[in-house]
Parts: sequence; C-alpha cells; structure tokens
Amino acid sequence: MFPYIPNTKEDERAMLESIGVDSLDDLFEDIPEALLLNRALDIGEPMSELEVRRTMKELAGMNHSSETHVNFLGAGAYDHYIPSVVTHMAGRSEFYTAYTPYQPEISQGTLQVIFEYQTMIANLTGMDVSNASLYDGASAVAEAAMVACAVSKKNRILVSETVNPETREVLATYARFRGFDVETVPEKSGLTDLSKLAEMLDEETAGVVLQNPNFFGNLEELKDVKGMFTSKKTNFILSVDAISLGLFKKPSEYGVDIVVGEGQAFGNALNYGGPYLGFMATTKKNMRKIPGRVVGQTVDVDGKRAFVLTLQAREQHIRREKATSNICSNQALNAMMATAYLIAMGKEGLREAAMQSTQKAHYAYERICGLNRFEPAFEKPFFKEFAVKTDIDPETVRKALFEAGIMGGYDLGKAYPGYRDTLLFAVTEKRTKAEIDKLVEALEGIK
Amino acid sequence: MKKYDKLIFEQSVEGRKGYRLPAMDVKEKPLGNFFPTDMIEDGPVALPEVSEVDVVRHFTNLSNKNYGVDTGFYPLGSCTMKYNPKINEDMASLPGFTSLHPYQPEDTVQGALKLMHELDKQLAEVAGLERMTLQPAAGAHGELTGLMIIKAYHDEREDFKRTKIIVPDSAHGTNPSSAHVCGFDVIEIKSNKNGSVDIESLKEALSDEVAGLMLTNPSTLGLFETQIKEIADLVHEAGGLLYYDGANMNAIMGLSRPGDMGFDVLHYNIHKTFSTPHGGGGPGGGPVGVRKDLVKFLPKPLVEKVGDRYVLDYDRPLSIGKVKSFYGNFGVLVRAYAYILTMGAEGLKKASQYAVMNANYIMRKLEDHYCLPIDQVCKHEFVLGGLKKANLEVHTIDVAKRLLDYGYHPPTIYFPLIINEAIMIEPTESESKETLDGFIEAMIKVAKEAEEDPDILRQAPTTTTVRRLDEVKAAKDLILKYQA
Repeated sequence: MFPYIPNTKEDERAMLESIGVDSLDDLFEDIPEALLLNRALDIGEPMSELEVRRTMKELAGMNHSSETHVNFLGAGAYDHYIPSVVTHMAGRSEFYTAYTPYQPEISQGTLQVIFEYQTMIANLTGMDVSNASLYDGASAVAEAAMVACAVSKKNRILVSETVNPETREVLATYARFRGFDVETVPEKSGLTDLSKLAEMLDEETAGVVLQNPNFFGNLEELKDVKGMFTSKKTNFILSVDAISLGLFKKPSEYGVDIVVGEGQAFGNALNYGGPYLGFMATTKKNMRKIPGRVVGQTVDVDGKRAFVLTLQAREQHIRREKATSNICSNQALNAMMATAYLIAMGKEGLREAAMQSTQKAHYAYERICGLNRFEPAFEKPFFKEFAVKTDIDPETVRKALFEAGIMGGYDLGKAYPGYRDTLLFAVTEKRTKAEIDKLVEALEGIK
Repeated sequence: MKKYDKLIFEQSVEGRKGYRLPAMDVKEKPLGNFFPTDMIEDGPVALPEVSEVDVVRHFTNLSNKNYGVDTGFYPLGSCTMKYNPKINEDMASLPGFTSLHPYQPEDTVQGALKLMHELDKQLAEVAGLERMTLQPAAGAHGELTGLMIIKAYHDEREDFKRTKIIVPDSAHGTNPSSAHVCGFDVIEIKSNKNGSVDIESLKEALSDEVAGLMLTNPSTLGLFETQIKEIADLVHEAGGLLYYDGANMNAIMGLSRPGDMGFDVLHYNIHKTFSTPHGGGGPGGGPVGVRKDLVKFLPKPLVEKVGDRYVLDYDRPLSIGKVKSFYGNFGVLVRAYAYILTMGAEGLKKASQYAVMNANYIMRKLEDHYCLPIDQVCKHEFVLGGLKKANLEVHTIDVAKRLLDYGYHPPTIYFPLIINEAIMIEPTESESKETLDGFIEAMIKVAKEAEEDPDILRQAPTTTTVRRLDEVKAAKDLILKYQA
C-alpha cells in the first residue's frame, strides 16, 4: 500500500512467526502503556504521488521567483548561471543516496570528488589546505573564529561592520554560547575603518574577520591589514565572494590565515536560502584544528592510488568533547555541485563569469547613478554589487520594480539604520543589457 | 569502467572548454576604470580545462565507484539509510522552489512560507512538542541549537551555575562535542549492562550544576528506555532539562512521542527519519523542537500565520539568535514535507512498525552465528558483539570488509563504544523480506568462512574498485590536494 514499504501482510505474518511473536504490537511491549500514543498523529491522510505532486505544485505556484522576475537581489545569495551538467551530475543517485564515505572501498566516487573540491578551493584561495565543506558561509565564519581562538589560545574576535549582517548574527550566537568575545570594527564610507581596526587590535586578539567584497559590494583595502596586527598569533580571517576568486588576487597574497566563504554561487541554486555550502581553507599551521571532514590521498594494499577520510583525530567521533568543532554531516552534495561547476567553467569560465558580472554591474551602476533621484552611496571600488542612495522610499521602489517584472533593491536600512535610504543591487553574468535597461527605466518611472 | 582512475586535473588540455556564456552585451571597459589594478590576479585561474563530455564521463565513472541506497541494502546502524523517494527529488527541483531568493519579500514567497509553517506543525506533532525551528543544517547543528536553548533557559532564570551536561557513555560523539562547543562541561555516565541509563549513576551525577541530560530513545543499542519517566522526573527535579537526540526516531513514529516521555528539547535528523538523501555526507536537516515555555528561545525567524498570510517573525527578543543564514536547508525541507504528505499518519506509523519488525527478524536469524550481548526485543536496530566463535585472528572489521565482496554496505562497526567488536544493524522499513534474507545468508556465510578459512576475511575485499586502504599513510603523508 505504501510504495516505499515493500513487505506485504503475508511477509509480515511470516516474519512475526519467525521472530516468535504474534503481532506487531508485541514488538512494542517494552514501551510503558502510559507512553503509547493511542491515537493517530494529526498530520493528515496518506496521499498518492499524483496528489502530492498537485499539492506541491500549488505551493510552488504561490511563489514568484527568479524564473518569473528578473533578479537583481544579492546580499549573500546570487543568481549566477548554473550549467545543466552540474545538476545532472549531482542528480546521479550513486552520489546523492550514499552516506558519509566511512567505507572507502565502495566510496571512491564521493572521496575523489571531495579531493578534487579541496584541490580547487585550496588553489583558488592560495591556501595550503581546504576541508570538505561546512554548512554555509555564515557558520563558516563562526567556525573560523573558533579555530582562531583554539590556535591562538586567545578569546577576542574583531569583526568588521561591513561583514554580512546575517553572518555577524550567527557569529554572535556562537560567541555567546561558546564563550568568546566579539567586538565590531566600525565602517567608514562603505569600507572597514582601518584606523579604528588598528586602535582595537591588541595582543589578546585571536582573529580579525573581514569580508571582500564586503556586504555593500565594495572591495576592501586589504594590503596593509596583516601588517597592523600586533600579535603573531592573531589570525586574519577573510570571507570572500566565491565568483570573485576568478578575478581578484588570491587571499593568501594578503597574508590571510583562514579563508572562508559562501559557496552557493558555485553551481548551487538559490533554493530560498539553502542548502548552500561554506568553504574553508587555511594554512598548514592551522591544519590540525580545521573543522569537518578532510580527504587525503593514499594507496590500497595493492599500491593503487585511493582516497580516504583523514586527520580524523580532530573530529567529534574520536575526540568527543575535546574536538574543536561538533560538525559531522556537512554539505557534501553541494560541494559536489561546486566541484562540477568549477570543472565545467574551468580556467576561462570562472574568469569570464566574474568579468561579465563586474562589467554589467558597472554598466548598471553608471546608468542608475545617472538618474535624477539616485546617486552613488559610497563611490568606492566594487565587484558585482553596489549601493545607491535615493529619496524614494525603498518599499515604493520594490513595488514599482516588482510590477515591472523585476526583483531587487535590497534595503540596506534594515541592517544599517544609518543607511535607511540606500539600496543594494547585484548584477551577475546572467543579466542582459536589455534587462538592466529595463531596471533603469523602471527606476526612472517611479513617481 | 570501475578501473577508471584519473583525476580531472590529469585530463586538462589547454584551450578546452566545458561552458559557453552569451557574448558580453555591454560595452567592455578596462578593469583599471573600476578598481586599482593591483587587486587583479594577473596569473591564470587555477582550474582545469576540459570539455563538457569530459565532465560527464568523469562524474559518471566516479559514480560507478560509489555505493548508495539506490545501489543496494545499506544496514548502517544509527544512520537510517531508508529509500529516498524520487517524487521528493522532483518536487524539490520545481523552479517555484529552487529559484527563490532568500531576501524576496514575504508576499512573493507565500508558498514556501506555508510549506515551512506546515512542516513545523507536522514535526512538532510527531515529537509531541509545541514548536520547531527548521534552521539547523544537520543533526549535530540541531544538537548545538538545542543545547543553546537549554542554556538560554537557565540564563533567563539567572541560574548561571548550571554549566554541565550529562551524556551517557553510549552516546554518539556529536553529543559531548556539541555540549563542549556550547560551552558546557561534559559528565559522562555509565550505562547499565542493557545499555540503558544507570539510574544510580544518573542520581550521582545530578546536581544544581547540571543544565540537562542528552539521550536517545530507543537507546544507541536499539532498546527502549523503559525507565524514561523516572529519568525525566529525576532530571526535572534536579532543575535540569531533558534533551532528545532524534537519531533513533525511526523506531517510534506514531507509536510514542518524546514530548510525552518528558523530553523538553529535541532534534530530528530529517535525512534519516524523513527520507531525505544523505548526499554522501550532507546536506541534511536538523530541526529542533521544544515544549511550550521554551518557544521564546528558538532561533529567529519563525514562520507565523497572521490571518491568511504567512510572515517571518524576527521580533523575538529572547531568541538565541541565528545559527545559520536564512531559514534552513530549504531544499531538504521540501523533500521531508513531500515525504510526510505521502506517508500521512498511517504511513509513518507503519514505517516505524516495519523498521522494528525488520530489525527483529534479522536479529533472530543471526543470533546463532554472532554474539548477541543483549537478548530482548529490539527496536529499529540492534547490536551484535562480533563473531560467536571468536577466532582471535578475525575481527568485526574483517566481517565488514567481507560483506563488501557480497555486495552489501556493511553495518556500523565499533559503535557504540560500550560493546566489544560491535556490529550495529539497522535495516529500515524500506527493505523487503527477500533483501533481508539475502543479507542474513551473506552474514551467515561470512561467519562460516571466519571459522573455516579466516584468511578470506582478512584479505577482503577483493571485488571492489580499490581494496583496503593504508589509512596510516594517509594521515602521515597528508596529501590533501592534487599536485602535478
């Protein structure tokens, strides 16, 4: 009767007899009478596949999406192009119905994909070692802060006000409960106030968290940051935009100790906020404190190259309460999508996606700032996302754009009360000149 | 094709492409107009160059070296490797779900919000608790979130001395680890010989410094904790809260509810109980449920229904905050919701009943061939204590590796830590009697081989794409990325 429960009434009878009990209820006799639920759960009757499909399609149909509207929203999740091959490869059920690769002899597929993922993340960031992924970009920052505290044996994290507000909220939650201090380095005109950072740095600082491009889309001035640190033990943590790694200098060039980021833009759909993946890469020095799974190359008994989970002595199943992180399942399938994306796009493709995004974003920026009621919010170098100031109420802008078939204009005032009249637009390689022109026209037409 | 052994980097050929983007349709400007040129990477991007055909062959060949639930039986104890329905995959790929940006205005995502609100109610009903957060990304993330809620509860009462969490020695490693990350000290208590909580040890451990106790029920040994009411009362009388690790929820859906047992906080692994795929190690989902007076501590936002509209409620002053960006692994939640719709109340109960029946069936068939340290009706899983006729030369690891040759994913081994040579078997409800019989036969054959020709086991596996690996070398050489 249920397609996922193969045993029949006849099987049930034979199996109960073999077990030596009379009924299914006998198998639950150990549950005290008072704890038995003597009614049906209030969650509805079973549905056929066709009914499920109908119900789900109705729910999906209640949403507007990047399919129905042109998307200029960013702020941490981006509408980059996903080649068909990515979805198809991740859709192979030998991958997606497998567990964590604890039995390496029958998990070489998953293990090799993770090894290739680690290779590409390490090479793109210029770091020594990458892990197999974390939950998302925000929790990756929190995990990086915990690594910094563990390796420096210090307890104070400085985070720039220009770091994604959601990320800072997640960091604050981890800090409150894990018991480390977080202080915010103020921003000034859209960039981290480096003179303030210099004042705040001290011998007790475990880590400094910056984001590049930052939440406003602006490119931070990174080259002097590491030199400001007063303690050699302080870790420089940089959260980077995934696609920007195709265009800008590697984080390692700025002396970054831990690179993290939201990996969604690498081939993962927007999916209303998840599942995404957090990436993390670090130095050899920090390697033994890196959280999560790590895959290493080895050989089998016949000397054949093979891959296996390694450095497991760091992890919760061995170290229990002494582990640096409690992470177990991570985002393996999302990391696999990222791997397929990076391989398909390759050397030329990632650069082209970054290049087109930045060219189109600058085109949009210049056109919008040419309108009467819009002006640049910061006038700082940016990558694919920018902020503009307007005297029109953000809600009015949103509604007008939506009517024109456009979504966008993230209201910065929500997280930054000082920027109440400021909107954020993200432009990826997917956007066409015609779409951008339409956006400009719609903004111009607002009464 | 199982011989395929190339890394993608070894197939890179200069000039090959696996993508094509439309031509740039805005006037291209020099990058120097946009940002200081010293920010630009002047070297090539460190990625391979392959065609789309190469990508497809590469992943397809690698997939052939993998074993999933779709390949065959996966009796991995404590992991609930049940079948992952295909309709759920289709539903999670509807563009009306996949193309939603997390910052879209509420009025444009009413379907997504309704789905989350309904799923919250369904999961809470199955748990016997008041409300859920769907935000945690995995089981361990749910544990951490639940423990934060426990700490927030004591903090609000200004009961700051409660710095300890009690964890049984049979618990999964994430329990003590999550407690540690949450800033608690861990007290490990011994289990009794049946693997349940030793009441005397619990009493000794309880004090006004204890914030709570973490427990699975059924226990890690697959046995129902019959004294759960007494345990709950003891913990509550001592001022602590009771935490339910939902790893073993597949045994009791619609039959008994953690909330009714006295649990205050719970997490599910929806990638176990509610059939969403494991993905080779995620993404999962770890929704956390709480009793009524703890709802105010749940992460923000919660989806609320106001009139006939669904809204994201961020105005939650006592909330622990956020543990993840946005609202959770939404794509995973869509699959769980489709599963619950398919199964309904009747189906979830049947799933648990048959999961338990299947486990007992295998247990009884194997008890003559393997040690069965605890001989009583089990729930959804059971633990064997290795080979019966102990040949000192052959261990549980060898049994597991030999099963690979017979085409099975081995059970969980050497866990829980409290049973020597542990073999933990969880068949789930989605396997037929024939499949179970085939596995039983293989297990019995392996036991016989262990007696007659133990070398077969020690050499196993011989039929897999690679044989036993040198894990020591992996940890010593630490080759963690490809180098040409």
